[in-house]
Amino acid sequence: MGLLSDPNRRKALTTLLTRLNTPICVVCYLAGIAWFMGLAFEPFTLRTYMSENAMGSTMVEERFPAGERALATGREFAGHKRKAGGMPVDWLVKTMQDRGLEVFTQSFSRTLPFPDENKERYMVRGINVYGILRAPRAPRTEALVLSAPCSPDNSNNQAVGLLLGLAQYFRNQIYWAKDIIFLVNEHDLIGMQAWLEGYHHTNISGMDYTPLQGRAGSIQAALSLELSSDVITSLDLILEGLNGQLPNLDLANLFHAFCQKIGVMCTIQGKLQRSDWDTAEGYTHAVQTMMLMVLKQASGRPWGDHGLFLRYHIEAATVRGVNSFRQYKTDTTTVGRLLEGMFRKLNNLLERLHQSYFFYLMPSLSRFVSIGYYMPAFGLLATILLLRALDLWVQLGTPTEVTEDGVGEVEPVSINNQGSFDSPLTHIYIDLVLKSWMLQFKVICCSPLRFISGEGTEQGWRVLKLVALLYLAVLLGCTALINFSLGFILAITLVPVAACVTPHLPKAVSALAMVLLSPGCTILYCVFIFQELQEAPVSLSEGWMLFLSVISQGILDHSLFGSLVYPLLALLVYPCWLLLWNILFWK
Amino acid sequence: MTSGCFVARVAFGVDARVEKPNDVTGPVSSSEPGQSESAAVSSGGPVAAPVSEADEPAEAAAGGAVSPPDQCDEELVLRPLRSGDIYASFQFRTQWDTDFLHHGKKVSHYRLFPKSLGQVLSKFSVRELHISFTQGYWRTMQWGQPFIPSPPGAELWVWFHNTVEDVDGNWKELVNVLSGIFCASLNFIDSTNTVQPSASFKPLGLGNVTDHRFLRYATLPREIVCTENLTPWKKLLPCGSKAGLAVLLKSEKLFHSSFHSQAVHIRPVCKDWQCTSTAWELRQTLNVVFDIYTSGQGKKEWSLFKMFSRTLTEACPLASSSKVYVDVTDNPEGELFDLSPVTPLLSTAVVLGDRRTYSVYDLTKKETFGQLRSLNLVLRWKGESGDMLRPLLHAERYVAGFGLQTGEIHTLIYNNHPYRAFPVLLLDSVPWYLRLYIHTLTVTSKTRENKPSYIHYQPSKDRLRPHLLEMLVQLPPHSVTEVTVQFERALLKWTEYTPDPNHGFYVGSSVISALVPSVVAMDTNSTQERPLFSSFFPTKEESSYFVRVYTEPLLVNLPTPDFSMPYNVICLTCTVVAVGYGSFYNLLTRTFQVEEPSQSLAKRLANVIRRIRGVPLL
Repeated sequence: MGLLSDPNRRKALTTLLTRLNTPICVVCYLAGIAWFMGLAFEPFTLRTYMSENAMGSTMVEERFPAGERALATGREFAGHKRKAGGMPVDWLVKTMQDRGLEVFTQSFSRTLPFPDENKERYMVRGINVYGILRAPRAPRTEALVLSAPCSPDNSNNQAVGLLLGLAQYFRNQIYWAKDIIFLVNEHDLIGMQAWLEGYHHTNISGMDYTPLQGRAGSIQAALSLELSSDVITSLDLILEGLNGQLPNLDLANLFHAFCQKIGVMCTIQGKLQRSDWDTAEGYTHAVQTMMLMVLKQASGRPWGDHGLFLRYHIEAATVRGVNSFRQYKTDTTTVGRLLEGMFRKLNNLLERLHQSYFFYLMPSLSRFVSIGYYMPAFGLLATILLLRALDLWVQLGTPTEVTEDGVGEVEPVSINNQGSFDSPLTHIYIDLVLKSWMLQFKVICCSPLRFISGEGTEQGWRVLKLVALLYLAVLLGCTALINFSLGFILAITLVPVAACVTPHLPKAVSALAMVLLSPGCTILYCVFIFQELQEAPVSLSEGWMLFLSVISQGILDHSLFGSLVYPLLALLVYPCWLLLWNILFWK
Repeated sequence: MTSGCFVARVAFGVDARVEKPNDVTGPVSSSEPGQSESAAVSSGGPVAAPVSEADEPAEAAAGGAVSPPDQCDEELVLRPLRSGDIYASFQFRTQWDTDFLHHGKKVSHYRLFPKSLGQVLSKFSVRELHISFTQGYWRTMQWGQPFIPSPPGAELWVWFHNTVEDVDGNWKELVNVLSGIFCASLNFIDSTNTVQPSASFKPLGLGNVTDHRFLRYATLPREIVCTENLTPWKKLLPCGSKAGLAVLLKSEKLFHSSFHSQAVHIRPVCKDWQCTSTAWELRQTLNVVFDIYTSGQGKKEWSLFKMFSRTLTEACPLASSSKVYVDVTDNPEGELFDLSPVTPLLSTAVVLGDRRTYSVYDLTKKETFGQLRSLNLVLRWKGESGDMLRPLLHAERYVAGFGLQTGEIHTLIYNNHPYRAFPVLLLDSVPWYLRLYIHTLTVTSKTRENKPSYIHYQPSKDRLRPHLLEMLVQLPPHSVTEVTVQFERALLKWTEYTPDPNHGFYVGSSVISALVPSVVAMDTNSTQERPLFSSFFPTKEESSYFVRVYTEPLLVNLPTPDFSMPYNVICLTCTVVAVGYGSFYNLLTRTFQVEEPSQSLAKRLANVIRRIRGVPLL
């Protein structure tokens, strides 16, 4: 405290910070990147462990026998699906009723704001079918969900077959304490959204749906199943949900534990775990896995049907069967036993999953990086913004020479600069955002803009930059708290721009650099990196097409499911970048 | 559960410190009122007492003594359900011929009536007592109406005598005593979950008291019912579980079912039709539904042995009647199921607005048991069963919305009668930590607002009493009426959270009481068989019937802190206090003075070294 209450020492500190500002910033930036890359290094990460006692110590036996019959049901389902040209509602209702479930349907329709070219749909109309297994002697207060999407093409029939097989097997057991809802949803996420909104009687996306007739209390956990072949080589776990939300880590632990118990190969981000962490390849592999997770999370899209559950505080994940060219195959009975085991453990839960982490990154299925470990990487980047802001603050304060001790430094900024602009800071900010929004097309044409009334002085751009820096720091900070990956990726590109930009730089080169580091280009790079990491590299033109589809998907996700990435980028991040652009072309 | 038992035992332990020994089975005469009162409660193991009593009248009956004034009946009704499940309902009725209306006169002679309950009645001046323990939810849509409905968990409602002055005090003691008798956590009933409904719960017995100041109603939706509740319940029976229908009550089978409910109802009734004298009636009911898939191995074939792993061999020797009824209404010519052994006895009754036919097996007759001296009813389904008739009245409830700040309770009430509208009384008791926004209360049926003709609303008081909302709503024919009300989730104090806060908090079932127009009145077939003069106006007792429907309880998540919080709080506060105190102390105690321009860091370092070396400073 002496450091701050003693004016002289404080001054020494500020001079130190201003003098060494640039080196410190560079060090912070490099340290931030290095810290982030170090997260994937195995000795720095933690091994996953089951935190929830109700799932950890209790023993369950898996006895599901009827994989073959489930596959036969799946084939029957495929036949009826082909005949009906869509969801075979009547057949599903009858089949579920025969298995002793209470069956209900829900029809929904939704017109997209513009045609979705990836999935070739515009006017969506469909029916969800779900059956509820009522747990004996349970008062309908808690439920678990097992869902399988009914896709229009010939995929995923095995998932529906296995779902029905499990329903039949589960119905004969006495040990259920929570109702189990078996849901077959049409039109993947749109159907799921309709069902969830119907179940919770909300309407946030303007969907038309018929109200649900049967409910089973508050849903505790959900699993979505995707299975397109009779045998599989591995099971992939998908965690990333809407707005980068993740389910509780215990759900991933549960999956991993059962994969190991039953002997099924399991992956995350489609990547197997390697044991050679101390080699360069092993490390690269872990980095790739983690980067894939970061990119998926940053996209804010639901990467499986489970993604929409997370908004309702329901822990959910998607389990996807992968059939590759490996030798070792797993049959449906084993997958059924795995799901049975997971459901029995979830059935044993006394409370919602809450013991383990909600914020984490996974470099492999058995290793995780918790929020306490990855946040410093972002913190180092955000420090740069604050240091630059401090530097500017001091620079703005010195010429006025109010007092020696710096107490009077508060006034000069807001009062002494009346020459540069007439309105208070807040007013300017709103003004800036609105104007920058309206005048976007001019910016795209790279015309230097001036929309602050009065003469552009040295003081003027400094104040503007100070505002921009603080604004960006707050914006990125909030984003990183909600969705670390998005905040970090934006920080990597925007922080250098914000730190370096002044009107005195060579205009053409810096303008080019700024465009290359703009949010739009960041998305483009992410598309390429993502494809590269998925081992499906694309050419430039393909990449451009993908980039366009990513943007249209982002807008669709926003209007259909309420994803926040599009409005965040368009309304908050992009105007901030425009502020920086204005500083570059300050006159 | 366990804690409930434990606490209750402790309560008894305190009360049991009295002079009277426990083995008082004969009349306790001419003792001082205070003493006898304490003795009333002191009957020690109240659970054990009735059994020893049951033996004595048994001998008396066997010895051919004069016909005893008390009587008991037992019956079992089996109703095969369309879904393939089977519903078994036991009722045991014990009448205690005592003149309870003379207040102040202590009754101490017990024969069939369990002493533990009798003492409770007299000590707490109870007029009527209804208690039920239920595990599971009655699926009205699949099973129709139960004979005696009950909500999941425990429900207790009591009418006290109108001479009682401190009703709340009596209620508090009573729940603790009952908690011990039934080995349940009834001691968790306190003012925060007790309400006084103004209209929904009227006395079922004699008497014309309708002042709801003497009524207390409480539910514990979280209560889990298991064998430890069944055992004390069985011990209240005159024959215990040793003879009669009660031999079927084996817990390993009763709890291998879809639904289990046990109840005790005590009320005053008339002894004869002129009501010249009165008696206490104790009705013990036990309802259980066996599931075709989990208990029946998927086969539509039921027998007493398969359901209860026992067969019947005798009636309870103390019972004046002991019968088994099987509902054969849907099966007049045996086309749906086979019932064996066949009985010639048939009985017809209007039950819940529907005329039902029952095959009757009288256990007091020897021929019922046949050659094998045991009765094992077998019920074998033949054909596919059709869909069940939609029940005329049913209801459901759920919480809408997401997030931890607000929510909305939706109650849907279905009237499936094709042309008759009827009023229902809706009772909602919501804990205080859901703060109801009563201005958002809406009642809509058929998309139009449906104004309740009577609303009784009592707002909650934090940590003192719950919300009580009673409404009389007219249900239009063939409609769904939706009652919605928004609420805010309160932030509790950290000691108020349950040990498992992330499980959520329960809100008890809403109760819907109604006089439902009878199906019999609707049915034109039945009128054809009857004389024309008898069938123009529907007779009163058949035209409508009383039904109580319970909705499912709700599980609501409240905003829950991370309970490693105390640790964080301690750390944070200590840091803040230390830092804040330090700097303030520093600023307040510092004296400012003009100082020489300070030396540079290097110079100061050099001075320090010089001082150590003992060389003059720079």
